[in-house]
Amino acid sequence: MPETATSQRELTFAQAIREGLAEEMRRDPRVCIFGEDVAEAGTPFKVLSGLVEEFGAERVLDTPISEQGFTGMGVGAAMTGLRPVVDIMFGDFLTLTMDQLVNQAAKVHYMSGGTWKVPMVLRTTLGATRRSAAQHSQSLHAWVCHVPGLKVVMPSTPYDAKGLLKTAIRDDNPVIFFEDKMMYRQKGVVPAEEYMIPFGVAEVKREGEDITLVATSSMVEVALGAAKLLAGAGISAEVIDPRTLWPLDEKTIVNSAKKTSRAIVIDEGYGRYGVTGEIASVIAEGAFFNMEAPVKRMGAMHVPIPFSPPLEDITVPTEQTVFDAARKLCGKA
Amino acid sequence: MKAVEVSAKREAAVPAELAIRMYRQMVRIRLFEEQVNELYTRALMPGLAHLYIGEEAVAVGICEALKNTDYITSTHRGHGHCLAKGAMPDRMFAELLGKEAGYCRGKGGSMHIADPATGNLGANAIVGGSTGIATGAALTAKRLKTDQVSVCFFGEGALGQGVLYEVMNLAALFKLPVVYVCENNLYTEYTHFTETTAGDILTRGTAFGVQVEGVDGQDVRAVHAAAQRLVNRARRGEGPALLLCNTYRYTGHHVGDINREYYRSKQEEQEWKTKRDPIKNMGEWLIGQKIADPAALQKIEGEVRDEMKAAVEFAIAAPYPSPEEVDQDVYA
Repeated sequence: MPETATSQRELTFAQAIREGLAEEMRRDPRVCIFGEDVAEAGTPFKVLSGLVEEFGAERVLDTPISEQGFTGMGVGAAMTGLRPVVDIMFGDFLTLTMDQLVNQAAKVHYMSGGTWKVPMVLRTTLGATRRSAAQHSQSLHAWVCHVPGLKVVMPSTPYDAKGLLKTAIRDDNPVIFFEDKMMYRQKGVVPAEEYMIPFGVAEVKREGEDITLVATSSMVEVALGAAKLLAGAGISAEVIDPRTLWPLDEKTIVNSAKKTSRAIVIDEGYGRYGVTGEIASVIAEGAFFNMEAPVKRMGAMHVPIPFSPPLEDITVPTEQTVFDAARKLCGKA
Repeated sequence: MKAVEVSAKREAAVPAELAIRMYRQMVRIRLFEEQVNELYTRALMPGLAHLYIGEEAVAVGICEALKNTDYITSTHRGHGHCLAKGAMPDRMFAELLGKEAGYCRGKGGSMHIADPATGNLGANAIVGGSTGIATGAALTAKRLKTDQVSVCFFGEGALGQGVLYEVMNLAALFKLPVVYVCENNLYTEYTHFTETTAGDILTRGTAFGVQVEGVDGQDVRAVHAAAQRLVNRARRGEGPALLLCNTYRYTGHHVGDINREYYRSKQEEQEWKTKRDPIKNMGEWLIGQKIADPAALQKIEGEVRDEMKAAVEFAIAAPYPSPEEVDQDVYA
């Protein structure tokens, strides 16, 4: 097949995740998956369809609805020689796994003086606007970013999802991998050749001169859409996707802010005490004397996610709200 | 609350060599803990420690039924488990004093001793917190067919934690080689366990189809015999077990818990110490069986005293970690 044909191949976000998992499971027999309805059902989002048929029920293990129990089992399995990928169906259920993540997985290596390791990946979701109400719509990634010992990954495209997942599985630390549930059907170019994406390397998605839009996961598309609108209004926006929140590529973010002198940070987690606040202070500390305006934060509204569609849609940043905020920051509103 | 059923007393046939070793191991734990209390009293130890004195027969009886490669998880009251599984007192004291020579380079302390070389997955200061880890280790053993067994030590206080029942359900469903060892020392911190534990303990395991057994936790031979049955069964692939060991914590919840009369009487403590002491009773049995004479037992005690004294001196003289260590090993 000619090279262009393979490199132009398109997969959905879900297919890219599945392909990344399958490749790693073929490469390394220690890699296994467990969680609720991961086997025959392939998860409610059908992300894992077909894996149990290829790898068997021993490696794609259906568990009871016991998030704390099987996450803890993942920690122990990872310490002793497996490389589990734990599936937490909705990011909201992270609350149920917190002791295992925060007090166990994150601390085992340090507390044991570097003797035990926890090479575990925990895949889960984030994102509102699926009309799923307050307990199935939250973006709680800031919770785990707060804890030393965990790595946090936020892919925004099928290409990134596959490349970052493969890196996560080969990492010797606990990695929390957030997938935007609204993105599973979105298509993107994913080459058939093997590739990996290193942690801690942001991607400049679009170059610009007047303002930097730092956006994560679900908000990258929003920022790119806003950048297009801004171009129409004569404002050149640079869009940066950190891709991993920890480790965080502070240098790329700060350098962009120094260049453009204005910045908005957009993330679907809650704005208060969140990822936007952290990245805004990274910019403030690194680029303060180059800034012409205060750094702006845009996150989810500080409300439980409402069910009613017209209400829910107000709670998250959109192309239009980012566009409006950017114009205002550039003094062109 | 219904009295806990204890399996009929069986006179376990213990080889003389093993019997002596178990006696010595119990003495090592007791004298280690006495030194810990001494270090605390002399203000040489940072923080607190939770002593295992009185419960020695449980750790020793169980760990003597394990191979070096088998796994354990331990608790905040974990010194006994770590020693019984093979940890060295000098590096343990060093850890308790926050020294670099400690098992965790001084970063874990009394409640977090871990040692891959002896299969110790770590002591855990979250009550019930290690139950998932022990279960996961058993999953690895089964998946990779390593023939290992995993033992999860926990106090009766953990019976109130939901995660325990989540992992018992998982272990039973997947037939994992894990033995959950409940050390009922009667007190959940400062509260008698009958005030915190409804119904029956062993039937909680039975409900999941987990093999259950109760044993006198002051009788090291009985604990060892029960552990052998359940560990061998797990190793044969016959699934998880819950072993309830009825025991007693001679001292306070931690070294600073001196005045205990508001939750238990001195008379109660005295009765356990005089009538049900695991070391004293094992010593009398050894003499009665003519496996050892009093002089031989005194010799063991003397040797262990010397061992602990040297270990403490090592730890006191050992250097602290350098400040650059503070952010090392956060990530692998």
